[in-house]
Amino acid sequence: MHILPRVIRAALACLAAGLLCRIPMVAADAPHPAPVPAPPVPTLEQRVAGLEAYLANADPAATLKDSKGNIPSGLTTPSVGVAGPGHNVWQMTSSALVLFMTLPGLALFYGGLVRRKNVLSVMAQCLLLSGLVTILWWLCGYSLVFHSGSAVLGGLGFAFLNGVSAAPNTDYSFWVSHNVFAIYQLMFAIITPALIVGAIAERMKFSAIFLFVVLWMFVVYFPQAHMVWGIDGFMNGVWNPAAGIKAIDFAGGTVVHMTSGWSALVLCIILGKRIGFGRDNLAPHSLVLCMVGTGMLWVGWYGFNAGSAVAADGVAANAFTTTTLAAAVASFVWPMAEWLTKGKPSVLGFCSGAVAGLVVITPACGFVTVNGSVLIGVAAGIVPWFFCYKVKSWIGYDDALDTFGVHAVGGTLGAFLTGVLARNGANANLAANLKDKVLDSCLQPLVFEQLKAIGLTILLAVAGTTAIAYLVKALIGLRPSREEEMEGLDLTDHGEPGYHHD
Amino acid sequence: MKFIIAIIKPFKLDEVKEALAQIGAEGMTVTEVKGFGRQKGHTEIYRGSEYTVDFLPKVKLEIAVADELAGKVVEAIVGSAKTGKIGDGKVFVVPLETAVRIRTGESGEQAV
Repeated sequence: MHILPRVIRAALACLAAGLLCRIPMVAADAPHPAPVPAPPVPTLEQRVAGLEAYLANADPAATLKDSKGNIPSGLTTPSVGVAGPGHNVWQMTSSALVLFMTLPGLALFYGGLVRRKNVLSVMAQCLLLSGLVTILWWLCGYSLVFHSGSAVLGGLGFAFLNGVSAAPNTDYSFWVSHNVFAIYQLMFAIITPALIVGAIAERMKFSAIFLFVVLWMFVVYFPQAHMVWGIDGFMNGVWNPAAGIKAIDFAGGTVVHMTSGWSALVLCIILGKRIGFGRDNLAPHSLVLCMVGTGMLWVGWYGFNAGSAVAADGVAANAFTTTTLAAAVASFVWPMAEWLTKGKPSVLGFCSGAVAGLVVITPACGFVTVNGSVLIGVAAGIVPWFFCYKVKSWIGYDDALDTFGVHAVGGTLGAFLTGVLARNGANANLAANLKDKVLDSCLQPLVFEQLKAIGLTILLAVAGTTAIAYLVKALIGLRPSREEEMEGLDLTDHGEPGYHHD
Repeated sequence: MKFIIAIIKPFKLDEVKEALAQIGAEGMTVTEVKGFGRQKGHTEIYRGSEYTVDFLPKVKLEIAVADELAGKVVEAIVGSAKTGKIGDGKVFVVPLETAVRIRTGESGEQAV
């Protein structure tokens, strides 16, 4: 019954196909404007070399260059200008892991360490920064950091993420999509100001934090990140042969931990101590939340450190390994130091040790060997511990959740130890521009480059934060009223309590 | 009738309860409280930050009993709550005017 209509339909389809086939023939009959020479075709060797470059995280276009180093016009292979799936997978995973460090890792870690009347305030601050910094990053933040420009700040070519597409930006990666790279780096820009929140917790107005962070991103973070990671950055010793300071920072010891930690110290001193400091019990309201947050930070840190290889390659594998060792060793050493000196190993000690180990290994993870990372873990368990337990009470500043003790001290220690322990065997890229700095010895010239970078970073963070803090203080004030602070910022800043009593 | 208020160390609550059950004291009200006496507070350091502990955690017992049982109750509490160290607590005994059992309306000694 249905055969006839089917036959008719098939005949019509043949007719239509025939008509369509005619169209190009008609076009070919028309006068041709100017003959375009056929593009050069890559050889099979060139195509295979492009694919092999994917395995080695190398430049797929390198094989197309002639003896003078130029690529003939139009010559390309299918490997050029596309993202490598494996590298992209790891970078997207890492981006999510780094966001997970802030939401909810840091929010829980900090939330547990404050009193119950302020638990939501630190969580709100972490949430605020996730949204706010993303907007700044899209607006021009990414461009100011990663577009080429001056040695101190990038240009505006990538403002509004203009031109940031799925094709890799070969300044930073041959295989990771440019937009994935931009989002990955955004996560670092989010967590850095969020770390500052720890020092000033329980006593800074929400509106003041808002204004402070907007200014701080432009004055401190964007210039610092460009100087260290921008392709023409002043302190980018690995990739910029013209760098003024040939320092190295794999995952952000100076960019993330030193800037946030030193700014935190300055801000908490300008802000003043919490009401009741030195008299009332300001101890954490929930070490359970703090412990849960610590676990998330540790897991997320694999994206932070191993992801900073911007590839799923051998450098990332080494960073993954060193990160594990340093965190584990420090999480062991810190509570043992406590046990010996105070009689009890505390849960906060275990948590702080793990975070300190992760902080100190951050600048070093992609440049040191696994044995170097064990040494770093030991140092991370002792030096920041000493600052949190002893130096803080000697000087008397109110660093509420030990942002300075862990992140500034740990970040500075890490930047220094990176200079001492960086080895060519751990990362072949060190040979590119740092042949005369990395000599595989503990007193190699790189140590002095690291010290210079430490000095410049502290200067930028301290000077920038001092200026911004006094500006915000003059404009809108930094602290809530005494009454508001006593009541707790959950209710006064956000109108909701963290916990209900039924 | 007497109303007996005892402030004791929290970890002694079970022993005191047992001792009171043995002498036939029926019922008590228990509250977690904070306070200080001669033991006073003390200074502690948490993560490098000093703070003063003014009020120490204690448990408060309230027991209403007939006059003739009051002496035994005080004895039982003192005997079972004692550690001999500072901070063991105190027992207060005050006269009780009346008591009413809400369910039945009984009053006086029948009600305690």
